[in-house]
Amino acid sequence: MLTVTINEQELRVNEDATVLEVARDSGIDIPTMCFLEGISAFGACRLCMVEVAGTSKLLPACATKVAEGMEIHTDTERLRSYRRMILELLFAEGNHVCAVCVTNGACELQDMAIDAGMDHVRYNYQYPERGVDLSHDLLGIDHNRCILCVRCVRTCDELEGAHVWDVAGRGKDSRVILGMDEAWGSVETCTSCQKCAYACPTGAIFFKGSSVSEMQHDPAKIRFLANARQNKEWLR
Amino acid sequence: MPRQVDLNEMATKEQQLQSSHRCRVLCCSSTACLSSGSGAMRQTFEEGITAMGLEEQIQVVPTGCMGLCSQGPVVKVHPKGEEEIIYHDVNPEIAKSIVKQHLVKGEVDVPHMLSADIPFFTRQTKIVLANAGEINPERIEEYIARGGYQALRKALSEMTPESICQEILDSGLRGRGGAGYPSGLKWNLLREAKSERKYLIANGDEGDPGAYMDRTIMEADPHRVIEGMVIAGFAVGAEHGYLYVRAEYPLAIQRLEQAIRSAKRNNLLGKNILGSNFSFNLEVRIGAGAFVCGEETALMASIEGRRGQPVLRPPYPTKRGLWGAPTMINNVETLANVAPIIERGAAWFASIGTASSKGTKVFALTGKLKNTGLIEVPMGITLHEIVYDIGGGIPGGRSFKAAQTGGPSGGCIPAEHLDTPVDYESLRALNSIMGSGGLVIMDDQDSMPEVAKFFMEFCMDESCGKCVPCRTGTVQMYQLLDKITQGRASAADLALLEELCDLVKNTSLCGLGQTAPNPVLSTLQYFRHEYLNLLKEGVVNHA
Amino acid sequence: MPAISTKGESAQHPSGDARFELIDKVLKRVRYRGDALIEVLHSAQDIFGFLSKDVLVYVARQLKLPLSRVYGVASFYHLFSFEPLGEHSCTICMGTACYVKGAPDIVKILEDEYDIEMGETTADKQFSLGSARCLGSCGMAPVVVIDGDVVGRETPAATLERIRKVLAAEKE
Repeated sequence: MLTVTINEQELRVNEDATVLEVARDSGIDIPTMCFLEGISAFGACRLCMVEVAGTSKLLPACATKVAEGMEIHTDTERLRSYRRMILELLFAEGNHVCAVCVTNGACELQDMAIDAGMDHVRYNYQYPERGVDLSHDLLGIDHNRCILCVRCVRTCDELEGAHVWDVAGRGKDSRVILGMDEAWGSVETCTSCQKCAYACPTGAIFFKGSSVSEMQHDPAKIRFLANARQNKEWLR
Repeated sequence: MPRQVDLNEMATKEQQLQSSHRCRVLCCSSTACLSSGSGAMRQTFEEGITAMGLEEQIQVVPTGCMGLCSQGPVVKVHPKGEEEIIYHDVNPEIAKSIVKQHLVKGEVDVPHMLSADIPFFTRQTKIVLANAGEINPERIEEYIARGGYQALRKALSEMTPESICQEILDSGLRGRGGAGYPSGLKWNLLREAKSERKYLIANGDEGDPGAYMDRTIMEADPHRVIEGMVIAGFAVGAEHGYLYVRAEYPLAIQRLEQAIRSAKRNNLLGKNILGSNFSFNLEVRIGAGAFVCGEETALMASIEGRRGQPVLRPPYPTKRGLWGAPTMINNVETLANVAPIIERGAAWFASIGTASSKGTKVFALTGKLKNTGLIEVPMGITLHEIVYDIGGGIPGGRSFKAAQTGGPSGGCIPAEHLDTPVDYESLRALNSIMGSGGLVIMDDQDSMPEVAKFFMEFCMDESCGKCVPCRTGTVQMYQLLDKITQGRASAADLALLEELCDLVKNTSLCGLGQTAPNPVLSTLQYFRHEYLNLLKEGVVNHA
Repeated sequence: MPAISTKGESAQHPSGDARFELIDKVLKRVRYRGDALIEVLHSAQDIFGFLSKDVLVYVARQLKLPLSRVYGVASFYHLFSFEPLGEHSCTICMGTACYVKGAPDIVKILEDEYDIEMGETTADKQFSLGSARCLGSCGMAPVVVIDGDVVGRETPAATLERIRKVLAAEKE
């Protein structure tokens, strides 16, 4: 066991735990977007950055292991301001129109923006031209709402073992793809397991037929499945 | 089985061959000089010499870069036991006249001669580039004749991995890729790592626009890099190495591959090197056009055949690198310093440079200067000396405005800081960095917001797209800079830009994003008035 | 689907295109290792001129890699192209040194003359215009590469003249 302090609160924690794990175990919330329990950490959304005494660098809570005597701050004015800016950048990057979105009211991006007090976007809206793929029988993807957290890519590869998804292009032109950049309906490796839809934090991947505000994701199911396999706990 | 080689015997044989000629004609065959016609120039020399029946007496040698790239093709005529004469801008016509005048009659062809005692040459100190422009990089014999692979022999027969690492540590050598981490510490980290497999990587993914130091080293003296790698491999306990080179450098790739083959044939690579118990294999891996692959973790992803996206550190590569095994990544120029340090000792190396920055640094000197090209200078030389003595000053009656160091991760240094000594700490104090060695000089006609925009566009295009601040922040910063340079921006836009610089610098995942705002921040620091003028008047006011 | 040997001994491509045999040689040399993907893609592009989906699927199958992974890698690196390039090409170096010495002016005159943008090919597939991130010939700035030949110290007019000549020679 180690002793760390988070926001002045002293905690006894497991040695190989991450900052995020110990914070959440103690009821301290740190916002995350690309992180999803049950699949590997990615460290890309930068929303979970925390301040650690003794280093001027901010560290991602999802991938930083605790160390003896670590003094962590998760909710300073500086961090709150950075989180708001990152959310603004995400809203400006894609085409996020909550009012017509299948997941309006149950969207992690939307919830986080509300929590952060992000009531307007100061950056230039990019209005990218992105498509919608409805070729699969059960599922659809609207790339306009994708924030490139790649939870779908990791879930499909690590849990389902199908590696249907990947990322193509780079930088601002990055996008998630299926198979050889094909229509979803023609990808042979897709098992229609729907885990990508459970994992998706926004309205990007949805069950076909969902109307506005009808789409409910279930990211906890990913965690449950991973845990069930690893620890043989087959009841939720 | 590779033959057992006697380095001294090979050296002697080659020296005899060279001294059996009364004169050597060294023709620069670097990418730069080849692009200005040095291939045809060399052919003219060869034909002219054959026509005169002098091929037994005069040796024509294709070499690597001689440095003065702006006046290429460059040729050096070196009569045995005499001073060498350098000719610049040698086209086939001039080559013919040099054959007729100098090689046959022994009269120097004055109009195209370049004095060897101009500051461009005399102010340099050559360690890494000691062989550049002096040897044929495609003949291992020429490298050996100038003492090549003696450091490897010494390391394998007289030294231990511990003593080699200590020597590198004592020399004060620091990473030449930009960050300046002490090489000896890195070597010790890998040496102490417990693992059956360890890897060594030479980073030749020189991506900074305006920088071609590593390319020149690899083209001009590939065996120096290989020798440094084998010594490093022995010191840290790695038996497999990769040379990662950008695909944009075909000549460097070709020469490295050729050099690896001849090193293997001569038992300087492969199994039981020089009869020792140490074996080391080396492979060239080629990039495919991604600047971010210069970042250590992205580079390893690329070697593993994946998208070149950085991953979180720790774990650091020396703990968990290529295919999960401990891995050390050194810059090409860093490795090129290894053999001289082992051969001549840490104390010699540490005697060059400043208190914290030892040895020399190779710079690609470009932009608005009279003499542009590749130079190697002792650490601690001032920017003023580089610009005005070596570079010959600003041409066309213009005046110096700024020196850009460190490429898209660096900054612009204004005239009032020209007396700054060039070392890691001094440049950092000015909010620039040593970087890999690109040094671009701007004159009074260059607009600094435009320069900042140029680098931001570069970072935006080269962002891998993984982390949000870099992927989306560089786009927004580029658009704001575009708006500013077009004179359409308000003071609020400038404030937004500064705020984004702070975010991207502090929250990006890897070095590319963390340093992407630097060119904006440093031009704002020293040339803020140029930004402000654009806000108010819509035109750049250079006065 | 025709049988393709998983040992990769004689992987005949169903189209009968003999160029796939050249790829087979490369695959054999890298011993079908997935980590050689980038090397194989370089060779495939040299052989075919560009990377068609057909070729990418073939490479994925032989290296035993997921299709999306192969496409993801190929599209990450700028030197890989999914479309055939023009008969002739001009690459303009946009490194810092070339930039400050006027490379953007060369781009502009060519874009105007051939009515294409950077990275595009003319409708008649005769000419492609591209850019490079520093070719390392900064001492010769600005530098352009026309059909593989590097030319330094260029001016907009001189480059245009060279390209006109190259394209005119084609028509004769």
